[in-house]
Amino acid sequence: MKRLSSTFMPSNWLSRAQRWRKELDLQSTNLIEVCMALTVVSQIFPKEMIPAILPLVEEKLNHPKEIIRRKAVLALYKFYLIAPNQVQHIHNKFRKALCDKDPGVMTASLHIYLQMIQENPEGYKDLTGSFVNILKQVVGGKLPIDFNYHSVPAPWLQIHLLRILSFLGKNDLRTSELIYEVLDESLRRAEMNRNITYAILYECVKCIYTIHPKSNLLEKAAKCIGNFVLSPDINLKYLGLKALTYVIQQDPKMALQHQMTIIECLDHPDLIIKRETLELLFRITNAQNVVVIVEKMLEFLQNSPDDYTTIDLVGKVAELAEKYAPDNEWFIETMNTVFSLGGDTMQPDIPNSFLKLLSEGFDSVEEDRKLRLFAVDSYVSLLQGETRKLPQCFLQVISWVLGEYSHLSEDHNRSTVLRLLEKLLDMKQTSSETKCWILMAMTKLCEGTAGVCVAQQVSETYISSMDTVLRQRAQELQHLSQDSELREEVLPRDSGLDPMEIDSSLSFLDEFVSGALAAGAAPYKPPHQRQEELAEAKVLSLEPYGLALPISMSSCSITDRHSPTPLSMSSGLSGDSTDVSHRAGLKLDGVQRVWGRDGYLAKKESVEEAAPVQGLTPVHSPSLQNEGDGSHSQTPTPTPTPEPDREKEQLASSLFFGVSSQSSVCLMGKPDSTFNRRRKAKVQAPGVTEQLSSSVAPVSNAVDNLLCNNLQDSNINSVSAASSKQTCELSPRVPAANGTCNTDCGLPESDRKRSNLSISRDNGLVDADSALSEDQGSRSDLCPSSYLPAELCGLYRSEIAPLCTAHSLELSACHVHQGDDMILIIFISNSSDSQVLQIRLDLKSEQLKVTCVSDSSVENIKSHTVAVYQYSLAVKRPGVDVEVDGTLSFLLPAGTPQTKHFSYKLPLTAFIRPLLISTEEYGTMWLGFSHEVKQNLTLVDDGCEPLTFTLNLLKNRLQLHLVEIIGLEGILACRLLQNQPCLMHCRVHAGALAVWLRSPVPELPDCLVYHCQRVLQEK
Amino acid sequence: MMRFLLLFSRQGKLRLQKWFTPISEREKKKIIRDMTNMVLARQPRSCNFLDWKDLKIIYKRYASLYFCLAIENQENELLALEIIHRYVELLDKYFGNVCELDIIFNFEKAYFILDEFIIGGEVQETSKQIVNRSIEASDMLQEFQVGASTDTSPMSE
Repeated sequence: MKRLSSTFMPSNWLSRAQRWRKELDLQSTNLIEVCMALTVVSQIFPKEMIPAILPLVEEKLNHPKEIIRRKAVLALYKFYLIAPNQVQHIHNKFRKALCDKDPGVMTASLHIYLQMIQENPEGYKDLTGSFVNILKQVVGGKLPIDFNYHSVPAPWLQIHLLRILSFLGKNDLRTSELIYEVLDESLRRAEMNRNITYAILYECVKCIYTIHPKSNLLEKAAKCIGNFVLSPDINLKYLGLKALTYVIQQDPKMALQHQMTIIECLDHPDLIIKRETLELLFRITNAQNVVVIVEKMLEFLQNSPDDYTTIDLVGKVAELAEKYAPDNEWFIETMNTVFSLGGDTMQPDIPNSFLKLLSEGFDSVEEDRKLRLFAVDSYVSLLQGETRKLPQCFLQVISWVLGEYSHLSEDHNRSTVLRLLEKLLDMKQTSSETKCWILMAMTKLCEGTAGVCVAQQVSETYISSMDTVLRQRAQELQHLSQDSELREEVLPRDSGLDPMEIDSSLSFLDEFVSGALAAGAAPYKPPHQRQEELAEAKVLSLEPYGLALPISMSSCSITDRHSPTPLSMSSGLSGDSTDVSHRAGLKLDGVQRVWGRDGYLAKKESVEEAAPVQGLTPVHSPSLQNEGDGSHSQTPTPTPTPEPDREKEQLASSLFFGVSSQSSVCLMGKPDSTFNRRRKAKVQAPGVTEQLSSSVAPVSNAVDNLLCNNLQDSNINSVSAASSKQTCELSPRVPAANGTCNTDCGLPESDRKRSNLSISRDNGLVDADSALSEDQGSRSDLCPSSYLPAELCGLYRSEIAPLCTAHSLELSACHVHQGDDMILIIFISNSSDSQVLQIRLDLKSEQLKVTCVSDSSVENIKSHTVAVYQYSLAVKRPGVDVEVDGTLSFLLPAGTPQTKHFSYKLPLTAFIRPLLISTEEYGTMWLGFSHEVKQNLTLVDDGCEPLTFTLNLLKNRLQLHLVEIIGLEGILACRLLQNQPCLMHCRVHAGALAVWLRSPVPELPDCLVYHCQRVLQEK
Repeated sequence: MMRFLLLFSRQGKLRLQKWFTPISEREKKKIIRDMTNMVLARQPRSCNFLDWKDLKIIYKRYASLYFCLAIENQENELLALEIIHRYVELLDKYFGNVCELDIIFNFEKAYFILDEFIIGGEVQETSKQIVNRSIEASDMLQEFQVGASTDTSPMSE
């Protein structure tokens, strides 16, 4: 029967048969058949077929039966996941589904909303009220009894809504205020001891910690987490740990409260609990507890069950070691364990960054030397032992380090090292890649007669190897070992410090390429393009039989369209093959920190900046014992027997050491402590971004450190500090109330009172705000539009939109249509009284090619003037909207460098121009284009000629060229600047406009259809 | 979103499989092997959740059958456990005191019920009554069609 299995592969004939069957079913009048067809549609569905089936599914949204409507909504949700652009036009129908009188349909529509809100929370803030209302009604039991699950009203719906609300309320006080009440209500109602209510509670807790914080809710959430963690039910315990992990970055005190439970979980027999606990510890690691935590992680790794966990944990250990390593020996030893445990499965960037770190070194030459020396010593002793078990990538690291740095060691002369390396070469486990590394190391080391002798021997063995790379290395070794002068030149010692110049665009090959092209070679196509062209051959044809083909081509067969496109020549001499701007790693420059140890940090950066240095000191755990004991007495765990108890306490104190102090360091926006230099050396600091000035940090850290050490030795001396600390510690459950003690650094610790602290913070805020508004007032004097270059005046241009502000500088931008060029103009106005120096503006974009056309780059901007920058834009990769990212860097009057990021978005339509061609030309071009999209659009009716009216509307709004209208069909053409055509064929069909777009550019038809939809919808 | 649901016996025999995302046959075989190995090796009364690659595996044993559901990492584990439970309840309601043999001999019904309950990896209908009603309706249709035209090609069964 129609029990179509869920597995269907897009390209076989069966699926095609099934599709026709489904299409029939969807038009069937039998309810159950339609139901089944929809069920099949929402299973795994091939993307290419969506356009064919979409109108039929859309139709079903208006079906009188709610079950059909619901399935149709779910099918559309699936389509949205697979191809968001294609269902763009039915957003208002989703809204209708959200307001459906049947709660089931409404529930189904929430799937789509959750997805859309997750992607773009700003666009749906207006719906917050509705979602809150729905949740209120659900929680209040207003839904039919059908929706209950074990007498809990619609738990799935509740959880969905909670998730949506947490996205909406994130970083948004106003929206969060709407949510508080219903959250409180949900927490209150979910007080039955059922799994399902725990699931709801868990979701509530997550929501509370995601949205703008509110103290009484936080208190309740903390209590919930406590109940979870302490629960005897292992599943709940797991969830509790997960919640703690989530919360702990924002509020490390929670960890202190539950430290004994965490310790117990660390020894839990169930691996998954252990694993989650390690995850938690990873989040609270700092320079003080790193040794214990890493030890625990490595312990887990020793008997870790699967590769995936190993890879993940090894990466984490390596990260912690780089960030917080207390000394060289520990660092090298830990990394040794990482390499031998991680083996060859681990991420390749771990050995890479380790080697980079060794070669680039840190601040002091002496330190570097010690570290390298220690590495060499430890590797030599490793190689003297059993080497068979060592993974290949570790051997590669070892051979590189030995080759580069063994000259530092006086204990081991070169011949010992050479002999050890030779031994490695002879092992049969050694892969040929590793052998290359070893040969390279030997090339660096062979000196003196003994060395040359060994080298000759080795190179003779490998010079006839089948592996070409290996043979190459053997050749190198042979020649360089004989010619020491040449070797000095090729492999200079300590060369790691000066960076090599790499011409990533391979421009030196340009001549060769153009020569080859002139000689008739085919132009280079990047792999993805080749793949696409291959895939095209297999593409399904979607047009139902009998649908008329476009004008003047109905007799041609569709397979003709692979004739070479005339425009593909531009696909690449050289240049965009390597995108250097892509850098791995997180970019955190622009990210504002909104959570702190004690809750939300309401815009305190400005206050902190002014804070004096000694501010950091008091919070640095005056006595860790004190903290440990204090919170231990709070944990309601039954006290275990004294002996293991003491052990655990010890472990606790070492694990949680400095947990709170760490957060205070972070609060200052400068997580690098002195221990942290390894990471610091790695990350290139691009000037200080809007935070603490760099000169302050080392001093404070030093003070910090000193104090910490002192206190460790004699914490009795600091009773006064401890006692005042305790007042803060006593009420860990009211995080927001005592939230300010470590952030308001300016005040001496002893005479702090919580109440006046919060006042002082408020004042700070108000001041900052008023300063801001004043700023804005003064800015308005400099109107950018009057600075528009004369030659661009009078041309069509967009509104001037503000981009960002940085101190006294204000950036705004607009784009101007200048014939076939698109010009982006950026205005930088300086509203302060002083000159701003060394301004640099860097623009980059993945989608656009940006070229600067300003005559001279202005470097300094005088007070109260506006500088204008011009850029010409061209589309590299089309998207619905295209975006330019920019970085502005400049020097403050005080001399501190500043950077600021911004982005400018413009619609693709800005780059669309009419393409003036005749119907005949259209016909031939149509066949040449391989990328197409089909879609049904609404027909705008003006009373007499709907087709003409709609096409004219599109023509005028999107700057298309209307080639011809014949009867019920019409053809349009346009081009994307500079010269990428897109053809459009429209036909009136069943009251809708069936459009069919083709272009040689893959993304273009899709984006254009989107804009057509927009235009018609606005109408 | 859910990724897949597997039902297997204590001996590791697969009884039902449902994939919500496209996966190659080879990959499926590997996953099934991994799942049975991992889940069957678990001690009784340990945690019902497991990590597997970037997914969470939620499993529960009912009599001789293991239900094993893979969800994405940000999903709610407890809720997934309740999804399994609800599916068992639905089976129970339809078959009346369901056992492994019911699923072996009427696997298509078990798939039907699952399709009514979960669509494309999301929960669609949670009411026992409504799911039951639509299953009964499609049963009727099937009987009617089989009765009406005996030469209908048996496309799947």
